[in-house]
Amino acid sequence: MATFPVTEQALVDRYGPHLNRTPPGGWNADSTDIDKQVRTHCCFCGQQCSLYLKVKDNQVVGFEPDYDFPFNEGRLCPKGIKRYLQGDHPDRLLDPLERDPDAPGGFRPVSWDHALDRTVSEIRRIQAEHGPDAFAMLSGVSLTNEKSYLVGKFARLALGTANLDYNGRLCMVSAGAGNMASLGMDRASNSWADIPQAGVVWIAGANVAECAPITTSYIWRARDNGAKLIVSDPRVHPLARTADIFLGLKPGTDSALFGTVLHILVERDWLDHDFIEAHTQGFDAAVEAVADYTVQWGSQVTGVPAGRIMAAAELWGTSDTGMLLHARGIEHHTKGVDNVKSAINLGLATGKFGRPGCGVTTITGQGNGQGGREHGHKCDQLPGNRKITDPAARAYIAEVWGCDESEIPGAGITAQEIVEAIHRGEIKGLLSICFNPAVSLPDTTYTREALAKLEYYGAIDFFLNETAYQADIVLAGSLHEEDEGTSTSAEGRVIKINQAIDPPGNARKDWKILLDIAQRLGRGQYFTYDTTEEIFEELRVASKGGKADYYGITWQRIEDEQGVFWPCPEIGHPGTPRLYEGGTFAFPDGRARFNPVAYREPAEVVDDNYPVWLTTGRVVSQYLSGTQTRRIGPLVDQYPEPLCEIHPTLAGELNIRDGDRVEVTSRRGSMQLPAKVVTTIRPDTVFIPFHWAGDKAANQLTNRALDPISKIPEYKVSAVSVRRVGAGEATTDRRDLNIDPNAPASTDLRRF
Amino acid sequence: MSDPAPRNPDAPGVAVGTMPDSGSRARGDGIHAGLAPGLASGELLFVIDQSRCIGCRACVEGCGECGTHRGTSLIHLDEVDRSTSTQTVPMVCMHCTDPTCAEVCPADAIKQNEDGVVQSSLKPRCIGCENCIQACPFGVPKYMAEIDQMMKCDMCYDRTSEGTAPMCASVCPSDALWFGTRAEFEEHRGRQLLNDWNFGNQTVTTKVAVVVDDAGPGPLDVLLGREPGFQWQDDPFGLEGR
Repeated sequence: MATFPVTEQALVDRYGPHLNRTPPGGWNADSTDIDKQVRTHCCFCGQQCSLYLKVKDNQVVGFEPDYDFPFNEGRLCPKGIKRYLQGDHPDRLLDPLERDPDAPGGFRPVSWDHALDRTVSEIRRIQAEHGPDAFAMLSGVSLTNEKSYLVGKFARLALGTANLDYNGRLCMVSAGAGNMASLGMDRASNSWADIPQAGVVWIAGANVAECAPITTSYIWRARDNGAKLIVSDPRVHPLARTADIFLGLKPGTDSALFGTVLHILVERDWLDHDFIEAHTQGFDAAVEAVADYTVQWGSQVTGVPAGRIMAAAELWGTSDTGMLLHARGIEHHTKGVDNVKSAINLGLATGKFGRPGCGVTTITGQGNGQGGREHGHKCDQLPGNRKITDPAARAYIAEVWGCDESEIPGAGITAQEIVEAIHRGEIKGLLSICFNPAVSLPDTTYTREALAKLEYYGAIDFFLNETAYQADIVLAGSLHEEDEGTSTSAEGRVIKINQAIDPPGNARKDWKILLDIAQRLGRGQYFTYDTTEEIFEELRVASKGGKADYYGITWQRIEDEQGVFWPCPEIGHPGTPRLYEGGTFAFPDGRARFNPVAYREPAEVVDDNYPVWLTTGRVVSQYLSGTQTRRIGPLVDQYPEPLCEIHPTLAGELNIRDGDRVEVTSRRGSMQLPAKVVTTIRPDTVFIPFHWAGDKAANQLTNRALDPISKIPEYKVSAVSVRRVGAGEATTDRRDLNIDPNAPASTDLRRF
Repeated sequence: MSDPAPRNPDAPGVAVGTMPDSGSRARGDGIHAGLAPGLASGELLFVIDQSRCIGCRACVEGCGECGTHRGTSLIHLDEVDRSTSTQTVPMVCMHCTDPTCAEVCPADAIKQNEDGVVQSSLKPRCIGCENCIQACPFGVPKYMAEIDQMMKCDMCYDRTSEGTAPMCASVCPSDALWFGTRAEFEEHRGRQLLNDWNFGNQTVTTKVAVVVDDAGPGPLDVLLGREPGFQWQDDPFGLEGR
């Protein structure tokens, strides 16, 4: 393997992203003339909104809101509405492909037999020459629970490698590690039904309106009930605009903010002493760690006016109920786990757990980011969120799998570490599914270099994602609507994904591809499933008694009860929407742990050469690395290319006007893009969304520094320099202005 | 700048302290019961709350999926002034009691049905003169050059006539656009609704209502603003006084 088989342009010409704008049959087709409506869920984010897909002639031709599912009650964001346009797409892979520089687009269609035989012979050759762990697997949590579980078992028992990890490593792992260390288990502390009951809602590092849009409605309901809203973020994102208190902190200073608030809570005695006494341990050490974090210190470190920090502490400390919701904004850091622990400390200090309207929780980002991180998808994990190093867990899972305990490998290394091991030449072969690291990992130049060193790379996907440009074999897999299974939403609600259509052409269901490979590796005896429900039935048993216990959940119950919240250890168990009721936490002694958190700086800080902070994130119309959403025309129209948000003060210093092309440079690389001059970002910080590939990838700039515990990369803080390279068209949105397009953008010309 | 975010949750009209029994609001229960006549009586409400808009464009994408004009989105979603705020403003047809667009139409192409819904222009009649576009006080009608015809929001009449919510209000993630029964709104939202407007000398009453924090008595005078006091939004990062 090497670099691309043909030029990047030739790959794009053949495999896209091309834009699909029209449903099968065209816009003039009778939208009521359909074969069936299939109730399922959105394939994108962790909200997992329910909807109906309209099907005609084995194609999805439209959608209909599902008013009856309690989480979203019909609501959808633009991604969910236009998701159906990923079907019947010109870029869809209909056959397995083999790298061939002489073929148009660099790949030629091959038979399944050839693609699978080549894959298996390469796995065997590499493992014979370099050992079993020299062949790694990377997976992702857009996969169902069944597929996530299967991948974990497949990597351990079919490939026999320790080195399996997943793209949740770029998403939820800091929250997971913080939750485990502080609360004893890793799940959202509440169902979202608790949000409207909170007296104060604190949104920390979560662009809710764009990344979890439906959650906005829950926050409005809380405000209808009188709740106050605190937002801490370097940007005034669309929800922040309405906050009662906005804490516009510097990137990378979240734990300083939380530590300062803990200091103030202690100083003013805004504490729940009874709760601390009865239900926690470690309070004194946590307080000791923030002894010097006065509001003046906190203001200096975070850049937030002291009065606002004080007001936020008072609101949080004096409100009987409250929820703190956080996301990647505090988690994508070399201290992501610390940030989560320090947020949880604020909940524990004020007794905000285990009651209505009380909790500290992550907003899981990826579609099955919750379930996909529970059942053996991670390098150190077995099903039920068990430790792969725990002898009892290994013995139990070996019994469920019907294998010898010694056949289960030990703990492997994490996603970024796998790429680094490839770069060092230690890992020689790779199989990936549902992961596009050439876009999503930091320092894309480095990722490309690593991929070029692989002796064999096989990719399972439905489109040719940008990482698969470097593949030897591409196995044409299935879209979300082409298979069935379960998923676990951000709330911890296990829901059912229903199949609407069959895979087109010679594409196959993902799980059947894995079974085919296992069979050819001589390990078919461990993978004898005829249906995905059989996989779920095995998952139930495998999770039984673990932290993430699904034993009491069946597909039938999910359908009957509009989803079931785990833990659900018995068939008769109602499920657990709210965790830690009565202050009972998931440790043997039932007590939550305060964890002392001392503030430390990000891995990279600004200096004379790189004087500006860079932070990255999402936009509402795109999802993750864009493999799907960059192929859906209406979503691309909404935000066609990355823009660099920059404050007018900084822009003025650099002689940059709105729409000018700017060059943003870090120690890793450089990119050019249009500037969007807005007062809604800190003047010392620029923001670039990360969904694009190649020379539009924000991750050309980001830092490979990892959190020492969660191994999440520090996407949210890099040091960069910014300069103007030329003029461009203003970025002001004029699509809907029936006014003189040449008039200056100003509110007094608008209709309202 | 004028940012219509709800800055003062303690303003009169804000319900405080009522706790819902769960996250579910039985959304659309009344709609499913086949209350289409409620559209005429005012029992069914279409409500716009600009302060809740998050600019996601779900309404724009959903509008184009409406059966009466598939592939063409008729809703308006404007950024107010992105250089200083993320505030966006969705606009559907307000469905005036006496629609100005119909009054000024020289071809009598714009009809109001018995439910009070003002429909798109009739293709055989519309002459594409754009009088309606100039006259509409809310800027709603759109001239479609490729078909030489005016089109506008018809409140998803294919849906509302069968008792189903319009597409935009069904999908809106933040309830900035909302459709349901008046009782439901009053129970859960409890803020003031406004549907009387003064545009200079013209008074307009609309079927669609807009949520306001403090409307005061009588119609809202659209051309006279209120002077806002200092809010953090005027200095989000506390730069002044540093």
